[in-house]
Amino acid sequence: MSNTHPPSAAAADTHSIEEARKHIRTYLIVGVALMCGTVLTVWASLIDFHSREMNIALALTIASTKGFLVAGFFMHLISERKMIYAVLSFTAFFFVALMYLTLFSMAHGNIVHIQ
Amino acid sequence: MEIPYAVKPRPDTGLYNAKMGIWLFLASEVMLFGALFSSYILLRVNAEEGTWPHHWLNIWLGMTNTFVLIFSSVTVVLGWASLKMGRFKRYKFYQGITLLCALAFLSIKSFEYRDKFMHYEVHLKDGRIADGHLQPAETTDKTVVLEGKYVASHAELMEGALHHGGEPKIEIPRDQIVSMENYGPWHNTYTALYFTLTGLHALHVIGGAIVIFAIWGPLAKVWEQDPERYTNRVEVSGLFWHFVDLVWIFLFPVLYLL
Repeated sequence: MSNTHPPSAAAADTHSIEEARKHIRTYLIVGVALMCGTVLTVWASLIDFHSREMNIALALTIASTKGFLVAGFFMHLISERKMIYAVLSFTAFFFVALMYLTLFSMAHGNIVHIQ
Repeated sequence: MEIPYAVKPRPDTGLYNAKMGIWLFLASEVMLFGALFSSYILLRVNAEEGTWPHHWLNIWLGMTNTFVLIFSSVTVVLGWASLKMGRFKRYKFYQGITLLCALAFLSIKSFEYRDKFMHYEVHLKDGRIADGHLQPAETTDKTVVLEGKYVASHAELMEGALHHGGEPKIEIPRDQIVSMENYGPWHNTYTALYFTLTGLHALHVIGGAIVIFAIWGPLAKVWEQDPERYTNRVEVSGLFWHFVDLVWIFLFPVLYLL
């Protein structure tokens, strides 16, 4: 098994070798940002805002930002093909609908009592 | 017969088949975890005051696992970028680290599960509740030994961090016990959600690790025959791995911190 291969043979559809090189720095920065975000989430959860809702909102905002970084840079969603955006727009629609149905059900008094 | 568009992108979608396939699969995965998260919201928001536990899990173990998964996501993309540059040995190194991270994540998760299965809530005839970790070596037919404490009410167990070791041992005669149950999925709504969500996630980690290992080890010869196809396989398995990381990013605050 050889350790290297002519780079031209390994080049895939959208990303050139130069692009891959350039991306490495971005990946490392995103990785550090994600770890900082994790520390920030724990720190924010330990602060007493006199409102648990505030803690929840802050934690979910940080989690969403981290999620964007993973999807956008590691999964290359910020520079993907239109077809993938089309697939994900359907997913986003049904995901939002699912969450909306949950909240709608709670807002209209269909309460589930938990013991 | 050669399967078309297994390596080169289709002219209409601009994607090779496996990449299109993995994104469709991930779309279905979003709905799977979305349904579980919506169940969590429904059950959590409607829980009566004082019945939802807080800080029952070890935050530092959860945080360590978050770091492990983030680090593994970085090594996955670095491995893929290495292949793009034709550096196979470097790719092997990075993906090797990814596999070790997967093992570390599952080991920590197993430790947490074991902790919950050894943790008991014991109701006594005099109304007191004993809460702590079972000491199997010292437990006999006549007495149950826990490392823990007595609490006056069930509500007292809901708030504050549960202790993980270092507490006094309490000896409970078996004839004084009304009921005894560990913190398994059957314990309450929270533990049911915890085990369902993290269990499903752990299965994804196992599945992802198996695929990454197969490409890294037994299927590595494909690199010699068709490097472009091999790189695509690494990219597709990497997309799945990042999704697993993405799910954990939401699971950690929801289950451990809030």
